[in-house]
Amino acid sequence: MPKSGLTGTRIRERRLQLSLRQSALARTVGISATYLNLIEHNKRRIGGKLLLDLSRELGVDPTTLTEGAEAELLEALRDAATGHRNITAEMEHIEDMAGRYPGWAQLLATQQRQIVGLEQTTAALTDRLTHDPHLASSLHEVLSVVTAIRSTSAILAGTGDVDPEWQARFHRNMYEDSQRLAQSSQALVEYLDSTSQDEMDTGLTLPQEELETWLSERDFHIQELEGPDPLPASVLLQGEQGLLGSKAVQNMALDYIDLYAQDANAMPLSDFPGAMAEANFDPAVLASRFNCDLVQVFRRMAAMPTPKEGARIGLVQCDGSGTLTFRKSVDGFVLPRFGAACPLWPLYQALARPMSPIRQLVEQSGRSVSKFLTYAISQPTGPAGFDMPQVFRSTMLILPGDRVEIADEATCLPIGTSCRICPRSDCIARREPSILQDGF
Amino acid sequence: MGKRVLLIEDEPNIIEAIRFILSRDGYTVDTHADGATALEAVQAKAPDIVILDVMLPNRSGFDILRDLRADQMTAALPVLMLTARGQKKDREMAERYGASRFVTKPFSNSEVLSSVAELLAS
Repeated sequence: MPKSGLTGTRIRERRLQLSLRQSALARTVGISATYLNLIEHNKRRIGGKLLLDLSRELGVDPTTLTEGAEAELLEALRDAATGHRNITAEMEHIEDMAGRYPGWAQLLATQQRQIVGLEQTTAALTDRLTHDPHLASSLHEVLSVVTAIRSTSAILAGTGDVDPEWQARFHRNMYEDSQRLAQSSQALVEYLDSTSQDEMDTGLTLPQEELETWLSERDFHIQELEGPDPLPASVLLQGEQGLLGSKAVQNMALDYIDLYAQDANAMPLSDFPGAMAEANFDPAVLASRFNCDLVQVFRRMAAMPTPKEGARIGLVQCDGSGTLTFRKSVDGFVLPRFGAACPLWPLYQALARPMSPIRQLVEQSGRSVSKFLTYAISQPTGPAGFDMPQVFRSTMLILPGDRVEIADEATCLPIGTSCRICPRSDCIARREPSILQDGF
Repeated sequence: MGKRVLLIEDEPNIIEAIRFILSRDGYTVDTHADGATALEAVQAKAPDIVILDVMLPNRSGFDILRDLRADQMTAALPVLMLTARGQKKDREMAERYGASRFVTKPFSNSEVLSSVAELLAS
């Protein structure tokens, strides 16, 4: 869409800044005041010599008049226009609206940004809402303020005449509400931050989360266990007792370290990164080359240091109940902290087909959609026997789309994070309503 | 004189917006912001319909609704409850205590207007 639709508005704003009369400017550039008036109201498009003359008289570069700084504004308006399934905004008139009613456009764009911010806050809070009355109450406060803004802005944007005194009052109310919204959101974030810290301080986190935090601080790569002379697990843990406080988490760390050391021995750091690149990150090729099973390769790939210019590789595991037992997150692929994840994840498809490897390109719903190539397999956790049930664990490797070559014809499966915060309304796997289903 | 609406809500800017849209459509609007004295306000104003927020200072909207339904004078009074989106529990309680209808925050003006009109017409 050409940006010149707003040129007239910029000419007018610049002329008024310079306190130039319309007729005087028109005369200087050799056109009638009527014609300049049409230009200033974006009813005539200009270019060439007239644009150059006007920019010279107004003392600005021609591109300042034709391009301006509205790109961000228009982007926000487009976001707002496409944000509601049931409302068809006149996309072709976005520029006209921004040009003719810059104040309204700015207001709409600002509210759109606030709504996006609020959606993100809500998504982060939803997992915890049922457990935390303080958060429930805080969210009610946020929703009340949003309701006031929505209701007031609808009155102002409506077609009916609003008395100037009421208009002023509503504008003041919206300003106050925006301030309150900013403060409420900030207070919520601070509360969440302090809660997370409290959990760490008081040991209220699960051992699994404590282990993941410890690994995350090392980017899931344990240098002391690499090379021909790895540090013994007990020595390594001795130096980490401040971070791995409880006995439960230390035992989990020992198991993890044991597996890590086996993987590092079977797939040495000196060879593995090069082999990964050569194999285009195909775990099956690597499994064959290093004579390891697929889950070992998944773990080893996820334990490689993240290159400076590349996204990190993710890994997630679950048991037969679907509970996530290990999480290494990746930017753009959200792993829920509480509750169950999306049943469409290949991780769960693999549970239904034990020992059958699955390769699936996926994209997760959300505001920034990226593609990920996933590999998944579920395997028994112990030897088969007749005296007890066979227990399976499923493992899924998550490769960011920019680290691997993906065939153009590959089918991409749309997936979510968890039902509560997934906006896909027509999903066959939905188990509960989403709070984002109708837009926030 | 138009139908009488009593809005029981403690958020001043929601009060102002709802009062404006209802007045513009010809309703007479009274407002009340305190949960503890809400029942007295209903008796004093004798509204045709009550718009009642769930979270009020000093007394919950559910308690007020329960008392309204228990009183013969107000048992059939249309009550439109304002609940918060995502709070399924609130909606279930609103239904259990006898709310005529509920709208969830953040609601639109048209939702409130159409709900009030339909409840008064029924």
